[in-house]
Amino acid sequence: MRLPEQVTRLGFVIAAIAALVLLLRFVILPADMFSARPHQAAAVEREMAKPVRHAGVAACRGCHEEQYQEKYGGAHRNIGCENCHGPAAAHAADENVPQPPPSREREFCLRCHAYDAARPNGFPQVDPQEHKPRKKCLSCHEAHDPVPPKTPQECAGCHGRIERTKALSTHALVECSICHAVDERHMTEPRLALPTKPDSREVCGKCHASGSTDPAVSRLTVDLASHGGTYVCWECHYAHLPEGRK
Amino acid sequence: MNKREFLKDAILFFPAAATLQALAPAAEAKAESAPSAPGYDATKHWYGMGIEVDKCIGCNRCVEACKAENDVPEEPFFFRTWIERYQIHENGETTVECISTRTAQPEQAAPEDPTVVRTFFVPKLCNQCAHPPCVQVCPVGATFQTRDGVVLVDSTRCIGCRYCIQACPYGARYLNPRTRTADKCTFCYHRVTEGLLPACVEVCPTEARIFGDLKGRADRLVRFHRVNQISVLKADLNTEPKVLYAKLDGEVR
Repeated sequence: MRLPEQVTRLGFVIAAIAALVLLLRFVILPADMFSARPHQAAAVEREMAKPVRHAGVAACRGCHEEQYQEKYGGAHRNIGCENCHGPAAAHAADENVPQPPPSREREFCLRCHAYDAARPNGFPQVDPQEHKPRKKCLSCHEAHDPVPPKTPQECAGCHGRIERTKALSTHALVECSICHAVDERHMTEPRLALPTKPDSREVCGKCHASGSTDPAVSRLTVDLASHGGTYVCWECHYAHLPEGRK
Repeated sequence: MNKREFLKDAILFFPAAATLQALAPAAEAKAESAPSAPGYDATKHWYGMGIEVDKCIGCNRCVEACKAENDVPEEPFFFRTWIERYQIHENGETTVECISTRTAQPEQAAPEDPTVVRTFFVPKLCNQCAHPPCVQVCPVGATFQTRDGVVLVDSTRCIGCRYCIQACPYGARYLNPRTRTADKCTFCYHRVTEGLLPACVEVCPTEARIFGDLKGRADRLVRFHRVNQISVLKADLNTEPKVLYAKLDGEVR
C-alpha cells in the first residue's frame, strides 16, 4: 500500500519540528535551563571559596602555646581564643598582620558575667553595681586564668595607703586590731561587715590617759576628763598619722 | 529550499539528535561532580548541630562571630543566628524577646520580674531541615540542599522574591540588603568543608553549641544525640531539622 502524498509530506514536517525541538533542548539551550545541578554545583564551589575569618584554637596554639596552657588550666579552658581576641585568620596566616588587642573594658567581661536571671545556675555572675563598680576586671582577674583573687590576710592587702601612712607615724607598731574590731565576714563581704572605729575616748585612753605607765606614751598623756570635751579623739587627731594635726 | 534539500537535511538530523541525547547525561554528570574540592567528598557527610540550652549564657558572641565570618550586615536586625530570651510567667504566659537586637549591654542588671517562674536563653539558627520547605517554594531553584545536608542559596540565581523567607517555619532567612537576595545560615560551609568548626561553635564560651557529622560513627554530635533527650523545633511540621536541642523547655517554639 502506498501512502498518500500529503501524509508523507506531513510526516516530514512533523519530523522536522521534532528535530528542531531536540536541537534546542540538547544543543542550543544551555543545560542549566533544564537542570539545577550545574548551577548548584557552581554555587557550592563559590560558597566553599569564601574566606575563612576565624582561624580556630588549633591555629593559635601553634605559636601561643604558653597562653594556651595558661588558659587550659583555668576556668576559661573551653573558650576559644577568638571569643575575646576576635577573628584572627589574617594574623594566623601572616604573623606580621597585627591582631587588634581585645577589649580591656569592664563592659566586655560583663557581657558574660553580669547577673542575668536567664543565665544558667552556677554560672559565675556579678552584680555590676555592687562588684567593684568602675574598676577594671583585669586589675584583679587574669583573663586567661580567671581565678577569683584570694582574700588578702593582712589589712594592707586592701588598705595599703593607710598602712603606708601609719608605717611612717609614731603609731607604726600599733596593730590595726588594737583600735578596730574586724568581723570574719569582712574578708569575704567587706561592705556587709565593716570594721569598727573607736567609739569612746577610753580606747585611746588605754595608752594616752594621764597616769599611763607605758614608757612609749608617758609623755603624750592627757587628762581625759578635761581634754577635748565630749569629742571622740579621732575627731581631732588622725590616728594613722597623729603627727599631722587635723 | 526545495523538497530534495529539505529531505537531505532531515535525514542528517535524526542520527545527530540521537547521538546528542546519548551524550547529554554524561555532560550533566560531569558538571555535577565538579563542586567537590580536592579531598572533600560531600556524600560522606551529613552535618548537624547540637545545642544544649542549659549552657547558653546569652552573651551574643556567636551572633557577632557569625556576622564577622559571613559578612552579615551589621544592622541589628539581620541575623543568620540569634539568641532568644524566654520568660515563663506564673499565669502560664510565655514572652519571647530577641536579645541579639540590643546594640549595647545594659550597665545595670535588669530588675527581676517576680511573676517570672523560669527564664532562659535559646540560640536559634537555620535548622538545615532534611525536608526544607524553603527549597520547595523557590520558583527559580536558587535554594537547594547539598549532598552533605546543608541548605544553600545561590545568590546569582536568587531573584529576591522572598517566598522562602515566608515559607521558613523558623524565621531563619532574611533578605540581604546589599545583594538583594535571600540569605541564611550555611553552617559556615566554607569552614566545615575545610575541617574547621562553624564560627559560632568556635567562639561559644560554654560549649552550648556542638557541631558534628551525623554520618560519623564516633562523632561528638552522634554521642550528643545518644546521651541527651533530643527535641527539635516544630517537629510536627515533618521538616526533620538537623539542629538538635537538648534540655529544651516545652514552651520553646
